[in-house]
Amino acid sequence: MIQKPDPTQETLVLNMGPQHPSTHGVLRVVLHCDGEYVLDAEPVIGYGHRMHELIGEVRDHRGFYANVGRMDYGGALSFGHGHILAVERMLPDLEVPERAEYLRVITTELNRVASHLLWFGAFLLDLGAFTPILYSFDDREAILDLLEHVTGARLTFSYMRVGGVAADVDKDWCDGVIAFVKRMRERVPMYHKLVTGNIIFRKRVEDVGHITRDMALKYGCTGPVIRGSGIPYDVRRSEPYSIYPELDFEIPTSERCDCMGRYNVRWEEIEQSLRIIEQAITKLPEGPVMADKVPKVIKAKGEVYQAVEAARGSLGYYIACDGTTSPYRMKIRVPSYSNLSILKELTRGILLSDLVAVMGSFDLVIPEIDR
Amino acid sequence: MQIQSPNILLIVVAAVVMVLYVFTNSAVLVWVERKVSAHIQRRPGPFEVGPFGLLQTAIDGLKLMAKQLIIPAKADKRIFMLAPVLSFVPPIAALLTVPFGKVVQVQNLDIGILFILSLAALNVLAILIAGWSSANKYSLFGAVRSVAQNIAYEIPLLLSLLTAVLWMGTLNLGELVDAQGGFWFVFTPFGFIAFVIYFVTGMAETNRAPFDLPEAESELTAGFHTEYSGMGFGLFFLGEYTNMILVSAIATSLFLGGYNLPFITLNGEGILWELIRVLIFLAKAYFLIFVMIWMRWTFPRVRFDQLLNLCWKVLIPFSLVNLAAAAIWIKAVGG
Amino acid sequence: MLNYFKEIFVGIKSLLIGMKVTAFYGTKKTITAHYPFEKIPITPNFRGHIDLVVTKKGYHKCISCGMCERACPSGCITIEAVKPEGAKKKKLTGYTLDFTKCSLCGNCVETCPTSAIKYSNDYYLVGTSRHDFHFDLLARAMKAAEEMGIEWTEPVEKPKEPTEPQAEGGESPAPAGA
Ligand code: SF4
Ligand code: SF4
Repeated sequence: MIQKPDPTQETLVLNMGPQHPSTHGVLRVVLHCDGEYVLDAEPVIGYGHRMHELIGEVRDHRGFYANVGRMDYGGALSFGHGHILAVERMLPDLEVPERAEYLRVITTELNRVASHLLWFGAFLLDLGAFTPILYSFDDREAILDLLEHVTGARLTFSYMRVGGVAADVDKDWCDGVIAFVKRMRERVPMYHKLVTGNIIFRKRVEDVGHITRDMALKYGCTGPVIRGSGIPYDVRRSEPYSIYPELDFEIPTSERCDCMGRYNVRWEEIEQSLRIIEQAITKLPEGPVMADKVPKVIKAKGEVYQAVEAARGSLGYYIACDGTTSPYRMKIRVPSYSNLSILKELTRGILLSDLVAVMGSFDLVIPEIDR
Repeated sequence: MQIQSPNILLIVVAAVVMVLYVFTNSAVLVWVERKVSAHIQRRPGPFEVGPFGLLQTAIDGLKLMAKQLIIPAKADKRIFMLAPVLSFVPPIAALLTVPFGKVVQVQNLDIGILFILSLAALNVLAILIAGWSSANKYSLFGAVRSVAQNIAYEIPLLLSLLTAVLWMGTLNLGELVDAQGGFWFVFTPFGFIAFVIYFVTGMAETNRAPFDLPEAESELTAGFHTEYSGMGFGLFFLGEYTNMILVSAIATSLFLGGYNLPFITLNGEGILWELIRVLIFLAKAYFLIFVMIWMRWTFPRVRFDQLLNLCWKVLIPFSLVNLAAAAIWIKAVGG
Repeated sequence: MLNYFKEIFVGIKSLLIGMKVTAFYGTKKTITAHYPFEKIPITPNFRGHIDLVVTKKGYHKCISCGMCERACPSGCITIEAVKPEGAKKKKLTGYTLDFTKCSLCGNCVETCPTSAIKYSNDYYLVGTSRHDFHFDLLARAMKAAEEMGIEWTEPVEKPKEPTEPQAEGGESPAPAGA
């Protein structure tokens, strides 16, 4: 509940949002301030509610697939990956070709890099630096060009299908990906020079928004937020899916627990994603990208829960089916929602500017929270 | 203090010229800022209207003038309207005493520096009443920040200027420039430290990023001018750019030898010499502005407490020590 | 005390390094495209709104089965077809796409048994009202044929053989469409 301001206290109630430059969408945070100090921050969500879960219960599985990408505009492919994997688990006869699985991972990881680059730019924008976002968008464009070439879209990719992926890739595309990995590796030092080492930036994020391990666990934080608190939890490792067990990558963590920790974790994740992409491209097997026998109409029965590691953390689809073409119940566990819930406890007594930094370090995507 | 029977006509003409200069200066500076920021960000910037997009700001100014002035219902109307004017006029008045050349100086006051500083201090008043009268919490935050920031930064600003004044032994801007001649004050170690401190505080005084806390777009939406539209906003904008030129003009005359080249004192007579001097002066001032713009588009914004920490823990001690050292040096060596 | 000076030194150095980076990129060429004058070539795989495929003979391939209409999760496709007296096949009389509702999922294209629809590469879409995005794909196909220099020819010449069993159209009982 939103607290009523206490008239005996000299506090100021400040509505940050729903339209505010640093809430990245329609998130409203009700702040109780004492001067610049935030006494209480209460996120109010629901301004962008689109009933995705209910739509999922009305439409059939294929029909709903287009929606999942709309939840997270930053990393649409991992949302698609989770949904498709969940549906495929309800179809035990279905054999997904290896190549398709590789392509899913490659595109998802590319998307993760793009998402982190978007976050990087937006985070720096929150901190008042205007230029890094343009540099990171330069690299992000390169990824989007690659993804557009194979998926046909730049944001809501709708690339995966039950039983495979929509389109195959050619040699040129693989070369393009390799070239991108090389280019990105060359660009990373520039970002560190421009931003990471910068004294103003360091002062803004170091020791700000300290999330202890217990707190992160208590609130169910996932993704870079929990890894920034030193817990190496990554769905790709803890509940392996797809071809991730065959790939060699690390789960970067940071013991700093502050915004800087989360920042560092994301940069290291970019490097790990590049590693994954490199390996997957070299291992990419030949073959079809679509299973032979995919049922035209998916009538499943039973329950599944499939979690994947999205760019912002653990994303889970719980689908319960009763034998009809559409699910009986669909529940989506989105990472940003849990990550946001920590905000209230975390921001007690910090400065307004730090609140902006903390929210930026969470990499919130509001449509994903509201669904 | 000698009063050189001011020629009223001259002053009026000069004031008009100065206002025109300020307008063109802002227009050009906005264009420069947009171009520089664009190229830093690897974009072309404005290039459609006029050659190299030079007329873009003129068009934008026209648009601002044509816009409706929206005054919030709860705002204190009179003060709300006064604030933009108050932020815009003092820097113009202050510019009147700046020695662009030996002759091109509207009024050479014996207390030129003091005059400028007292007018520059009005800027914070403008921001304060703008934020207060807007009846907007974000504006209020911006205003409060601005007061704390400006008052804190006034101290190192004055101390660093004092070093220069002490070194040259005059408050008269024209004489300050002449006292340096070709050997700019910035070439001395004291002058260098004082210059760096002055430059940092000057950026803070003009509320430029990385010290743009009163505006702080990502925190306070637009800070103190959140509620201003049309020309109200335009005047704040003009004020900011005029303040920029003022700050760099002072830096140029006190630390960078005004219209003199390094190690060459320009004493020639005649229109041509004067023109060269003015150009040199402007070149230096605009170079400083360029650096300011460059910094703005590179750095993140500092946090409020860090801003004050920087002031109290670094700038003030340094400038104090610097001032003391300069004084001792003058006594011991004889300046 | 030493830390104090060290921090100032490191700080100033980091600021200068940052400025060097921006200066470096500031002198480089810009990387943006000046949109109305320059266009970025779009990949042929771009998924725009759907369009009917025009065959070499100057006709579409749609058999009016209505699969796409049913596969579309957003209900943006409306097919109108009639079965002329004595003809064995239905004839498509109207194919409307309500692009305002389309989520570009691609289900329609993938379910079509005859590959009669494809994604267009059209991304210059602008309109003053939402009705501008109710596309009549049949008319578009005819126009496309005209642009390709193919005459729109309806394959009516098929001789009517009365004994031929009905091949298709069994799935949709009535002429599909609203
Ligand atoms: S792309 Fe999807 S939403 Fe669009 S018309 Fe086809 S089936 Fe319908
Ligand atoms: S699925 Fe293909 S053939 Fe059937 S109605 Fe749609 S476009 Fe025509």
